[in-house]
Amino acid sequence: MSTTELKTFEEALESFDPAMGLEVHVELSTLTKMFCGCPTEFGAEPNTQVCPTCLGLPGAMPAVNAKAVEAAIRIGLALNCEIAEWCRFARKNYFYPDMPKNFQTSQYDEPIAFEGYMDVTVPVEGGEDEIVRVAIERAHMEEDTGKSLHVGGATGRIHGADHSLVDYNRAGIPLIEIVTKPITGMGEKAPAVARAYVAQLRELIIALGVSDARMDQGSIRADVNLSLAPKGAGGLGTRSETKNVNSLRSVERAVRYEMQRHAALLSSGGSVLQETRHWHEDTGITTSGREKSDAEDYRYFPEPDLVPVAPSREWVEELRATLPENPTVKRARLQAEWGFSDLEMRDTVGAGAFGLVEQTIAAGATPTAARKWWLSELARRANEAGVEITALAVTPAEVAAVQGLVDAGTINDKMARQVFDGLLAGEGTPEEIVASRGLALVSDDGALGAAVDNAIAANPDVAQKIRDGKVAAAGALIGSVMKEMRGQADAGRVRELILEKLA
Amino acid sequence: MPARAEISRDEVAHLAELARIDLSDAELDHLAPQLSVILESVASITAVAGDDVPPTSHPIPMTNVFRDDVVRPGLTAEEALSGAPAVEEQRFSVPRILGDEQ
Repeated sequence: MSTTELKTFEEALESFDPAMGLEVHVELSTLTKMFCGCPTEFGAEPNTQVCPTCLGLPGAMPAVNAKAVEAAIRIGLALNCEIAEWCRFARKNYFYPDMPKNFQTSQYDEPIAFEGYMDVTVPVEGGEDEIVRVAIERAHMEEDTGKSLHVGGATGRIHGADHSLVDYNRAGIPLIEIVTKPITGMGEKAPAVARAYVAQLRELIIALGVSDARMDQGSIRADVNLSLAPKGAGGLGTRSETKNVNSLRSVERAVRYEMQRHAALLSSGGSVLQETRHWHEDTGITTSGREKSDAEDYRYFPEPDLVPVAPSREWVEELRATLPENPTVKRARLQAEWGFSDLEMRDTVGAGAFGLVEQTIAAGATPTAARKWWLSELARRANEAGVEITALAVTPAEVAAVQGLVDAGTINDKMARQVFDGLLAGEGTPEEIVASRGLALVSDDGALGAAVDNAIAANPDVAQKIRDGKVAAAGALIGSVMKEMRGQADAGRVRELILEKLA
Repeated sequence: MPARAEISRDEVAHLAELARIDLSDAELDHLAPQLSVILESVASITAVAGDDVPPTSHPIPMTNVFRDDVVRPGLTAEEALSGAPAVEEQRFSVPRILGDEQ
């Protein structure tokens, strides 16, 4: 692979204005597929969730999943879109074995939702958050494709593969594609705006309960369109479309990278090729995919096997009434309720832990404890494992249970960390892990008393200070007792015993 | 008069490529005018479709035919793969893919 020329991010901004378009695919968590009754569970054995319809066998007819239409309308409404009074599905024709029908059933010029917006809270380094209104072009219904495994290539990619193996379990799972209008005028904030938009959209999708929104499992996938125009000239340059950017951090990095790559091409008198690009998570670069087909090459036409979707205004209003609180409003409300500073709130949201903290508090933990565990301990572990924090095998209820054990004096913070080790290793519930790992604190006065006596005997000088009223010196004795008890003593009770004995 | 609906030889060549149909020069020479004739015949329908006949993609004026989100039994992997020319690792084995994912 030849090395791609890049300008620095600063150089790119000196000469060019970026424009972005973000396309986000949301895989709905309906029980069944978009056009057939096959289940949609993630991780099933290959080709076990298929039927004649999603395999495109002759004569099979599609039937629209009502729940998916409902989810599409609710997403549209939450994005302040208008909902079409009448719209159709269309066939997008292309030859690729990920769709056995040789077309994808999608929507073309009649999306179910259009002309909306989202007010995105963008964190500004060392300043107040900024609100940026991102205009939504459309949200439309379509179906996911099958999964291809390329065999024989060095890296599992298409290039160099001798043949491919296809699993159609995912083919036909309902997708909602949400497309922004070009986002311009953002300058140096462009990468942060892109990230904040996808993050907030993801929060909204979770709040709507229409998808589990796991970026690591591909249930939310972002495509980043980027173009540069000469500074101050207005207009839009030729864009590249970077596909399947699968983490929030990567969305930001992909925008930065493409800005730098385009700037280098344009500055040297070259031009940007209109093409799709592959994002490489490991190296943080994009590589050339295919030249982008013109829309007309897909020969879209209305799907003759499905009748139009015409949501009644009554239905739309019923669905509007089910919308959750606007996440931006909710965030402000909860920040006040929890007593978090702006910085604490921003860190919580930035770590992708807002919903987790909220659920942990709902499960009984204090806001401080919930934030402490997610942002210090669990964010670090997610980072080490290279996964999103929401993908950790620890639930908010478990975090609240661990804190409950700390509050009850059963374990201390240090042991709590070992309980998290156990939870991540799938060793059972917090209580089971405390039992199986023998983590409970000793608060039994008999055992503690003996250790306290030993500590006093071993440290006569310290003991004398405490007798003289220097209570702060007790820390040294507590440390000595904890050492003897291998950390498993209830520090509060130890302190009480020391002060009683030396009174 | 029906609208003139012509299709050029280049357009036919492009469509053939999109449809992955390999046409020789002789076939293109032969088929392009034939397709034009077919399109013209179909276009004659527009002559009888007045303003009172709206364009439609479906013959029956129906909307909102939906299915409940309830799982229905499908095929087993064995059944699903029974018609496949080649199977590997319980998956459909297909020739090396030229081009790229959508």
